[in-house]
Amino acid sequence: MTDTLVAFDDVLATYDPAMGLEVHVELNTASKMFCGCPTEFGAEPNTQVCPTCLGLPGAMPVVNAKAVESAIRIGLALNCEIAEWCRFARKNYFYPDMPKNFQTSQYDEPICFNGYMDVDVDGEVFRVEIERAHMEEDTGKSTHVGGATGRIQGADHSLVDYNRAGIPLIEIVTKPILGAGAKAPDVARAYVAQLRDLIVALDVSDARMDQGSIRADVNLSLSPKGSDQLGTRTETKNVNSLRSVERAVRYEMSRHAAVLDGGGSILQETRHWHEDTGITTSGREKSDAEDYRYFPEPDLVPVAPSRDWVEQLRGTLPENPTARRNRLQESWGFSDLEMRDTVGAGALDAIEETIAAGSTPQAARKWWLGELARRANEDGVEVTELGITPVQVAAVQALVDGGSINDKLARQVFDGLFAGEGTPEEIVAARGLAIVSDEGALSEAVDAAIAANPDVAEKIRDGKLAAAGALIGEVMKAMRGQADAGRVRELILEKLS
Amino acid sequence: MPEITRDEVAHLANLARIDLDDAELDHLAPQLSVILESVASISGVAGDDIPPTSHAIPLTNVFREDVVEPCLTPEQALSGAPAVEEQRFSVPRILGDEQ
Ligand SMILES: [Zn+2]
Repeated sequence: MTDTLVAFDDVLATYDPAMGLEVHVELNTASKMFCGCPTEFGAEPNTQVCPTCLGLPGAMPVVNAKAVESAIRIGLALNCEIAEWCRFARKNYFYPDMPKNFQTSQYDEPICFNGYMDVDVDGEVFRVEIERAHMEEDTGKSTHVGGATGRIQGADHSLVDYNRAGIPLIEIVTKPILGAGAKAPDVARAYVAQLRDLIVALDVSDARMDQGSIRADVNLSLSPKGSDQLGTRTETKNVNSLRSVERAVRYEMSRHAAVLDGGGSILQETRHWHEDTGITTSGREKSDAEDYRYFPEPDLVPVAPSRDWVEQLRGTLPENPTARRNRLQESWGFSDLEMRDTVGAGALDAIEETIAAGSTPQAARKWWLGELARRANEDGVEVTELGITPVQVAAVQALVDGGSINDKLARQVFDGLFAGEGTPEEIVAARGLAIVSDEGALSEAVDAAIAANPDVAEKIRDGKLAAAGALIGEVMKAMRGQADAGRVRELILEKLS
Repeated sequence: MPEITRDEVAHLANLARIDLDDAELDHLAPQLSVILESVASISGVAGDDIPPTSHAIPLTNVFREDVVEPCLTPEQALSGAPAVEEQRFSVPRILGDEQ
């Protein structure tokens, strides 16, 4: 069934959108939330499980200290208050992805609450209020078998891998985001993007949306323009890319408006997001919180972070990513476009470290966004995963600055670095890449080029200096590029004056 | 403490996946009311200075270090599974309760 949709601009003429975003962040701890099982992504199924995360009778969970520390650091970075005392709770439901028949979560006592994040949308700052950030555990992974598309509809049975069950999650929940109007889709996207940057800066998660280590649920409702009453909301689950966050908000706004315009009412339900078609479809009817019959987890004692600990963790917070970006852009003199490309390529840290190792900002940018980005793209990896260090890049650039190689030869030095042939200096020596500064060899090559092209030489003698280019090219070729083109030109003009 | 209604018991039974027929509901709903009433009488004893208790021992902050420990082999993990396919637990599909 295809949904009727209202054009986005028409939605805004009649309704005000309200959004709520729930973002699940899978922490990068070595072990799980309540047991010592490892958390490697992509391991063989059911190889990272134990009695605790399989929910076997009698198994006793114990809280991972690092996960609590990460939760507090995330909360502090989001300007939250940190609970002096809080408990875990059981969220009871029956679904095979949770073998205990409950998820260990937090209910009315989240570890972090009442924060905010200032989100930059096209230069305009929008404050998103944070309701809470709480600790919980991830579920197992179901594969539905027998259906045509791997989706649950039409499947006849499901296969469950519990490797992911019990990996620590932090769920970050916003208060209703009101007043975004036409910018609602952009605000949602910018919020998730900035939250991801923050998580990366905190180094508490792999922060890979494509691998599900950051997952967003998008709540949306419409109310008639000017009304202060919130409409019925839908919750679109597992929206797993920034672009999809924006599209899901846009789609649900258009769909809700069509239902409401037609005199219908919105069913409070979860919706499935379809990445390929960009639409949502009906999921299950939303359960009331009471139906989960939350109660304090008896097997885990309360968490009471001391104020000393909290303050000590506050001291470990990185600079706010947005503030850092602005500071670096100013100090490096990058244009907005250059900066956006740098951030987009994930090369901010690499460039900063290359500059710290002695390169100029433009030279550092030239390599990371040029030659290295090209190779990364070819290999289908991130530029920071190439195995080339900022110190190496700075060393290559130092050889260029010192005149022993040029940019073209530098590419061959990178070849050598990829092949593990040693330091840039060693590669230049071993591959014989250094620009020939031997005047005798250069002079001979120039003489040979002049002798081979008497007509060109004649033109230069007659004062047509532009013709020198042809001879320079010939000499550079003969020298396999390893000559200083400026010096070659000088020699040609000297000899033909 | 208001008494628990037959409808509420039916709803709870459904949430807990306990299949109760009409006769069982008629029988159990009043019993649960009595139990709730009896438990509620405790709140008459506790004064305002006694906080609700969820744990028997007054401990906080029992943590473990973030260290990987040996886990089960897949054979051990799957040994109690009703059915196994592709080294995974095979279960009937369940619609409508996806989290
Ligand atoms: Zn485990």
